[in-house]
Amino acid sequence: MENTAPQLFKVTIDNIEVEVAPGTTILQAARQIGSHVAPPAMCYYTSLKGTGGKCRACLVKVTAGSAKDPRPMPKLVPSCITTVQDGMIVENTVNEQVLETRKGVVEFLLINHPLDCPICDQAGECHLQDFAFEHGRGTQRYEEERRTFEREDIGPYIQLHMNRCILCYRCVFTAEQLTNKRVHGVLNRGDHAEISTYISKAIDNDFSGNMIDVCPVGALTDKTFRFKQRVWFTKPVTAHRDCEHEKCSGKVTLWYKGEDVLRVTGRKNEWGEVTEFICNTCRFDKKKTSDWVIEGPAKVSHHSVISANHYEKKAIPEFGFKQAAQQYKQIDDLPVQLPEGEKKPVGIVVRPDSK
Amino acid sequence: MGIKILTEHIGKEDLKPIDAYMKYGGYTAVKKALTSMSPDAIVEEVKKSGLRGRGGAGFPTGMKWSFLAKPEGKPRYLVCNADESEPGTFKDRYLMMHSPHTLIEGMIVSSFALGANTSYIYVRGEMMFVIRILEKAIAEAYAKGLLGKNILGSGYNLDLYVHPGGGAYICGEETALLESLEGKRGNPRNKPPFPAVSGLYACPTVVNNVESIAATSWIINNGGDEYAKIGIGKSTGTKLISACGNINNPGVYEIELGLSVEEFLYSDQYCGGIANGKKLKALVAGGSSVPILPANLITKTANGESRLMSYESLSDGGFATGTMLGSGGFIVFDEDQCIVRNTWNFTRFYHHESCGQCSPCREGTGWMEKVLHRIEHGHGHMHDIDLLVDVAKKIEGNTICPLGDAAAWPVGSAIRHFRDEFEWHIKNPSEATRKGAVYRKEAVFA
Repeated sequence: MENTAPQLFKVTIDNIEVEVAPGTTILQAARQIGSHVAPPAMCYYTSLKGTGGKCRACLVKVTAGSAKDPRPMPKLVPSCITTVQDGMIVENTVNEQVLETRKGVVEFLLINHPLDCPICDQAGECHLQDFAFEHGRGTQRYEEERRTFEREDIGPYIQLHMNRCILCYRCVFTAEQLTNKRVHGVLNRGDHAEISTYISKAIDNDFSGNMIDVCPVGALTDKTFRFKQRVWFTKPVTAHRDCEHEKCSGKVTLWYKGEDVLRVTGRKNEWGEVTEFICNTCRFDKKKTSDWVIEGPAKVSHHSVISANHYEKKAIPEFGFKQAAQQYKQIDDLPVQLPEGEKKPVGIVVRPDSK
Repeated sequence: MGIKILTEHIGKEDLKPIDAYMKYGGYTAVKKALTSMSPDAIVEEVKKSGLRGRGGAGFPTGMKWSFLAKPEGKPRYLVCNADESEPGTFKDRYLMMHSPHTLIEGMIVSSFALGANTSYIYVRGEMMFVIRILEKAIAEAYAKGLLGKNILGSGYNLDLYVHPGGGAYICGEETALLESLEGKRGNPRNKPPFPAVSGLYACPTVVNNVESIAATSWIINNGGDEYAKIGIGKSTGTKLISACGNINNPGVYEIELGLSVEEFLYSDQYCGGIANGKKLKALVAGGSSVPILPANLITKTANGESRLMSYESLSDGGFATGTMLGSGGFIVFDEDQCIVRNTWNFTRFYHHESCGQCSPCREGTGWMEKVLHRIEHGHGHMHDIDLLVDVAKKIEGNTICPLGDAAAWPVGSAIRHFRDEFEWHIKNPSEATRKGAVYRKEAVFA
C-alpha cells in the first residue's frame, strides 16, 4: 500500500529540530517548539488571512534555505509569511543581527507612540509593551516631536486612539473577513497614515468588537470598559453561552472585579490571539454572571506584565541585569584618555531586590 | 558619436503622428515578429541581447521574461512601468512625449513574446500630457490595425490601455503598481509570490520599464547578437541618461554604455562641463536613491581606473567607493551646493513618499528627515551623525520593498563621504545657517 501520510519537513530553529507539515511558516514552526524561540509578532494574526509581513518584528535569519539548496538567504526574512523548506536552518534568538534589527524595530514602533501606558486601558495586556520590554533597548534616542492625530469618533462601542496605532492592519483584515462590510481603512501614507472611517461614520455591525481584541496596542479599546479598572486588578474567568448568532462562538473570557463583570473579550490563546470570534451582543450586552455558564479561572500565559493577576517578578531583574551588564561593559571598556590625576569611572550593578 | 537606438529620429520631425514614425522604419519590428517569429524565438533574442532592466535594478530582461509562469486557462499580462518619479530621472517622459510609438511598438512585440492579450502602460498621474499623447498614438495604432483583433492578419489579439497613476512614487515599485492598477491602495506586496507567478489579478505578469520595452523592437529588427555588440561587457546596448544639476547642457542623452564618465560630464556633446566655470563637488549617478559620490571618486574608481557609464564600473568598489547606474538620473553638484541640505531634501522626499506599511520605513524615513532638518537648521548634535548612520542601517534591507533601501543609501553615503561637512554644520551653526553658506574643503575637489 502506498504511503499517504504527508511528507514532513525537517526544520532547525535555534539549533532545535522540529518536523512540520509543508506550507507551514517559520513562525508557526517556531511556535510549535515553544515560546522561547518563537519570534514576536505584532501584525501577524493566525486566524486572519493576509496579515503579516508589515511590522518586521519577526524577522529571522535563514542560514540555509533548504537541504537541496543550502545557500543562506541574503536578507532577514519575515518569519510569519515565509514558508519552511525541508532542511531549512533558521536563527532567531541566537543571531546578533536579528536581535539588533529587532531592537531597531522596537525603536521605530515607539518613536511616534505616545508612551501613555499609565493612562492606557491596554496596559498590562499590550503586545507593544511586551515587545519593547523583551526586545527593546530600554533607552530613547528620539528627540523630535511625535506626530499626533485629531481624535475621531468611530462608533458607540469602540474608542480609537490613533496616536497609539502601529498600523498593523489587523483591524482592517478583521472588518474585511468577519463583517459584511468594511467601513474603515487606512488613509494617507507614510507616518501620517491613519486608521479612519473617513466620514466619521459609526462602525456598527455585529462583529466590530473583535477589532478591539485583535488590536495589539491601545489604539482600539472597549468604550464600555474605559477607565474602569487596570486589567491586572481584574480576574479573568472563562465562560460560554449559546449565542443565537450563527457566526458567534459564544466562548469568552469574563473579566471580574469583585462580583461585577467589567468586560467581556474573546478567548486569547498562548500567543494572545483569538481563534473563535464573538459577536457584539456577547461582548457589550451580556455583563451579568447569570448570562453565562462559568467554566473556571482563565490563565493568562503569554503576557509578561499581567500574568494570573500578579506581576511576573522574575522578568524585571533579568531585564535589569541585561541592561546593567551591557552598561557595565561599556564603562569598563571605555577607551578614554583621562587627564592626569583623574580616576577611571567605576560601574556598579544594583539588583532591585538586593538588601 | 555613439549609436542611438531609441532617440535616433527625435528632433528630425514630429514623430507623434504614426505616419511620420513609420517613415523612419517604425513598426517594422511588429511585422517581423508577428509574421515570421515565434514568441519563444523573441524571448531568446532578448536573452541573447543581454538587455538589462532600465528602471534601476538592472535585472536581465530576457531572464525575467523566461521566469513567466504559463499555467493553462489563465491570462498573462505585460505592464509597462511608466511611473517615473525618481528625483533626477526624466528619461521615460522624454521618450514618451517625443516618440510615443517607440514604446507602443515595443509593447506589441513584447506582449506577443509573452503571450499577453491585454497590456497596460501605467503612467505617473502628474504627466497628464504624456497620457494624452499616448492615448492619441494608441488610437492611431488601432486604426492602422496594429492593435486590436487579428493584428496584421497574424491571428494575434492585443488590447493596450493607458492607466494614469495617482502620483505616488511608491507605485513605481512593481507590486505596488499592480495593486494600484487593480484599484487598490498602492502598497507593495510581500514577495514571494513574484509577479511572474502571481501578478496582476493574481495572473502571471511581467512589469518592465519604458526604456527596456522600447529597446525590444530594435532587438527584433537587428537581432540580439547585434545589440550585445553595443556597450561594454555585461552592460549591453544604450541607455538614456537624464542629466541635470550644475552643468552647461542639462537634458536627456542616449549614450552607449561604456562611455567614460569624464567624457559624458565634460564633452560638449553631452553635459558640457560644470556651469559657470565652477568646480565639481559631488555626483548622484543614477537617480536620488543611489549613493552620492565625491568628486575624487567620480571620474576614477578607487583603484585608479577610469570610471565608465556602465552597471559594473559605476558599482565598482561596492557602496564604500562606488555607486549604481540606477535609473540614469545624473545629478551634478558644483562647489556651491550644500550636501547636508541636499541629503535633507532627498530624505524629505522619501518621508513624504513612504507608503507607511512596514515600520522601519514608515518611522525611519520621518526620523531621518527630522534629524537632518535639525542639523541643516543649526540645531544638530555630534551624536546625531552616528544616529543617522544607525537608523539608515536599521532600515536598509529590512523593509518589504526597496523604498527603504532607497531612503537609507543617500543618507549613509552622504555621511560616509562628506562627514566633515556634517560636522561643520553642527560645530558652526550660526555660520552654517547663513544664507548661501557652503562648507568648502579643497581636498574633496577633483
